[in-house]
Amino acid sequence: MMDILGMEFMRNALLAGLLASLACGVIGTLVVVNRQVFMAGGVAHTAYGGVGLAFFLGLPVLPCAVAFTVLAALAMAMASFGRAERSDSVVGIMWAAGMAIGIILMDITPGYNVDLMSYLFGSILAVPRGDIVFMAVLNAFILAVVFFWYKDFLALSFDMEFARSMGVPVRLLYALMQVLTAVTVIMVIQVAGLILVIALLTIPPMLAELFTNSLWKMMALATLASLVFCLAGLAVSYHFDITSGASIIAMATGGYLLAWGAHSLRRLG
Amino acid sequence: MHSPDHTCSTCAGHEHTAVPGPRFHRLLAGGPVIEVSGVSFAYADREVLTDVTLSVDAGDFLAVIGPNGGGKTTLVKIILGLLRPARGTVRVLGADPADVRPAVGYVPQHALVQPSFPVTVRDVVLLGLRRGKGFFSTRRWPGYSAQEKRKALDTLEMVDMADLAGRRFDALSGGQKQRVLVARALISDPALLLFDEPTSNIDPQGKVCLFDLLSALSSSITIVMVSHDLISASTRITSVAVVNNRLIQNRGRELTPTMLQLIYGTHDATCPLDEYIRGMSSIFTAGGRGSAK
Repeated sequence: MMDILGMEFMRNALLAGLLASLACGVIGTLVVVNRQVFMAGGVAHTAYGGVGLAFFLGLPVLPCAVAFTVLAALAMAMASFGRAERSDSVVGIMWAAGMAIGIILMDITPGYNVDLMSYLFGSILAVPRGDIVFMAVLNAFILAVVFFWYKDFLALSFDMEFARSMGVPVRLLYALMQVLTAVTVIMVIQVAGLILVIALLTIPPMLAELFTNSLWKMMALATLASLVFCLAGLAVSYHFDITSGASIIAMATGGYLLAWGAHSLRRLG
Repeated sequence: MHSPDHTCSTCAGHEHTAVPGPRFHRLLAGGPVIEVSGVSFAYADREVLTDVTLSVDAGDFLAVIGPNGGGKTTLVKIILGLLRPARGTVRVLGADPADVRPAVGYVPQHALVQPSFPVTVRDVVLLGLRRGKGFFSTRRWPGYSAQEKRKALDTLEMVDMADLAGRRFDALSGGQKQRVLVARALISDPALLLFDEPTSNIDPQGKVCLFDLLSALSSSITIVMVSHDLISASTRITSVAVVNNRLIQNRGRELTPTMLQLIYGTHDATCPLDEYIRGMSSIFTAGGRGSAK
């Protein structure tokens, strides 16, 4: 264990896992209870357009991808709010368009030699110290916003019509929720890659919902579960020399199935 | 109060204790609680309400009935201030609806809330506490004070749900959920309660329990209930209005032939619907005693 912690890239990986878990636990919970998993998937794939833009313009990847994805998420929020029957189509279009833009920009970038796989499947072992600091700042932003508007997010998520009647600014908070999802997605792409980000946003909250009776408890348990999956996935990845992102998701899936089985048995008993 | 031989899982047959205290007695004296005058409203190019006029006095228990798509829910949203009419004026408690939102308790259909959600019955009721206006006016601390929690339990006591305060909301029956949503509306001490289809997706026993509760509440709070469930709506109300693009109001609870015609259209005596319509009319004339299904 001390051997592992002695290596800087492993310490960075653990910090990245911790920060991603916190964001996933909090925002993943809002995504799951609001049934916005597909939209989060759309946001994740649109992020690839931001990655492509960063390489094309020679800008830092993380801030550029955040800006691009936040704008895309706001566009999705505006296009889908109050039109639930068509929101999946809007998300589907932006999902594909974002990926296409990213691929085209990568293609036309002179001297392009980026490891595409690291963005598709994550590279938690290669997260630099600068990105860790950026992730910490994003986490602080996410936690502050959710803390400040917790009651409104709860009201909006539980019963949007009633929340509106109580004067909750539902449209604004809905857009803010998409922005937070975009920020979280960018963070988790570092850990699990954009293909697998949905799993880390979804599985820990799904597990947590089995055992909790309030939104904040669900957020806390989802964060803890996500952290355990990240640590276990990293350990398995290190010992068996397999892709870390896929290893983390495999741990999460296995953990969820175990928890679901235990929960079902307890209810039957 | 329901008869002693009536039992159901929702209220376990005991007497409803819904006796709103002095905190609900505000604004009962004076002019109409709701004044809707010449209101028209359209979604895109389809006008769903045309020149609608409605007046509700303090202490009324008004049922607004009509077919699906007839404009009932739109009318509720206009009274709540969530929709602005294209023409006409709306006054609630003597003011613009948007300015008196905290004084209006709204009870939507329980079927519209998230079917699976990690929230306790008590926390659902606490969601009904008043909130300031604007984006930054929410109370900052995510928790609730001991006083607020006590008030939530007191309000749940009124709807006979205090025993289930710690249970997850999604574990309740339809009737129990609707009672919790009533408590959520009551916790802010409203002068007016607006119900949108309160009996949808509720079993017959649950409906009887709910109307017992509403009847007890109506002694001190003005209630407007929108429903397409004619038989359930006939019990215990004091006045009735029908809406199907246009609106006809009756100060009593009789459904006049003109009102029935607005809902169902015109039918000759050989049409099976004609017999049903005459049956409806007699139920409302009799006050629907014992007819709730």
